[in-house]
Amino acid sequence: MTYKFEFADVIVRLPLFLDGVWLTCQLAVIATLLGFIIGTLCAIGRRGSNVGLARACGFYVEITRNTPLLVQMLIVYFGLASIGLKIPAYLAAIAALVINVGAYTCEIMRAGMDSIHPGQIEAAECLALTRAQVYWHVILRPAAERVYPALTSQFVLLMLASSIASQISVEELTAVANRVQSETYRSFETYAIAALMYLFLSYVMRLGFWIFGQMVFTRRRKVGTPM
Amino acid sequence: MGGVFNVNHFNYLLLGAAWTFGLSVLAMIAGGMVGFIVALSRISPVAPVRWLAIAYVQLVQGTPLLILMFLAYFGLTVAGFDVPAIVAATLAMTIYISAYIGEIWRGCIQSVPRPQWESAECLALTKMQRMRLVILPQALKIATPPTVGFMVQVVKNTSLASVVGLVELVRAGQLVNNSLIAPLTVYTIIASLYFTLCFPLSWWSRKLEYRLSVRRAQVET
Repeated sequence: MTYKFEFADVIVRLPLFLDGVWLTCQLAVIATLLGFIIGTLCAIGRRGSNVGLARACGFYVEITRNTPLLVQMLIVYFGLASIGLKIPAYLAAIAALVINVGAYTCEIMRAGMDSIHPGQIEAAECLALTRAQVYWHVILRPAAERVYPALTSQFVLLMLASSIASQISVEELTAVANRVQSETYRSFETYAIAALMYLFLSYVMRLGFWIFGQMVFTRRRKVGTPM
Repeated sequence: MGGVFNVNHFNYLLLGAAWTFGLSVLAMIAGGMVGFIVALSRISPVAPVRWLAIAYVQLVQGTPLLILMFLAYFGLTVAGFDVPAIVAATLAMTIYISAYIGEIWRGCIQSVPRPQWESAECLALTKMQRMRLVILPQALKIATPPTVGFMVQVVKNTSLASVVGLVELVRAGQLVNNSLIAPLTVYTIIASLYFTLCFPLSWWSRKLEYRLSVRRAQVET
């Protein structure tokens, strides 16, 4: 092997990388929050008694989970633009990420809600809690607590998947790497550094979720015990 | 420029779909083999082997597949090989699949009930025999639904091979779109082709999972 690794040219462009990291963080945080809200609403819709709504939610989940994120992004960005609905690449990326993660969150939250014992809900009804109160105190919060680890990994995967936004010209970390690569011709070094940054981001995210979990779910019950 | 979407375009997309399918199969086989080694290393009694496997899994799971694609593509070039896109794409997919499926299979192996391991030992089976005759056949049953489910991810993620120039479904669609300028039509067709490939797998995985849970419930009662 005659290749010599040369990181200097790449290292001097570190500020560019940090800009990319910042945008990746924005995409990840916004898409996580919106995706969680949409996914949870969708899970409630799927479990509800309104058959039409439940079907619609199921349809959305199946379509989204069985097509690649890249294609979804291309449709949201180029497809919508071609019928006159032109939105900036940044918003298109967020929209596609939210649609995508919403479907996965829906399935995870639905599994969590299904795991709540019917006796709990009946007991809450006997205590004259309103439907909203039952959903919030008895179903949603314990369900979220149960599926929290699965949600966490899904959101970390979402952060990694935001790299696909580079394909519709959003200047996040991967797009920055593409640019640096074409300027320096140090392709392997560039992507190695980008990979390290993603690795770091995913650790920070996991740590953040762990701290958040410790703060929010203070009951710290063992998984599998009846709720 | 312009023109309407006709049967030739559709055939071209089908050819792309065939590449998507081929890459998925290739990557799944190669990734499965490496993943199997990863799974066994993760539960190895030798600590350094275990640490190495953990480090590998953490490293790959913390990196986007897109970056892995670029690393494989440029990495092979750097190493002095001038390889076609399919090789780079298969390499990246293999690394990606092995890390994820290795973890899935490790979980399945470990979920074989403890007494099974112990009784195999009591019957004086060697470690190899215990794995091959007692644990793996049982783990296989548990592993089938999540593995089929993961295959959906594999098929979808081959779309990222378009960035290293492999003319699979997405790249074929982009090429068709370049001549037609009808993104909504072309990409919707692509999405439905992916759906046709993935939905049967999703459905099958769910069915397998349901069957397994019924069997488990029967065992417990």
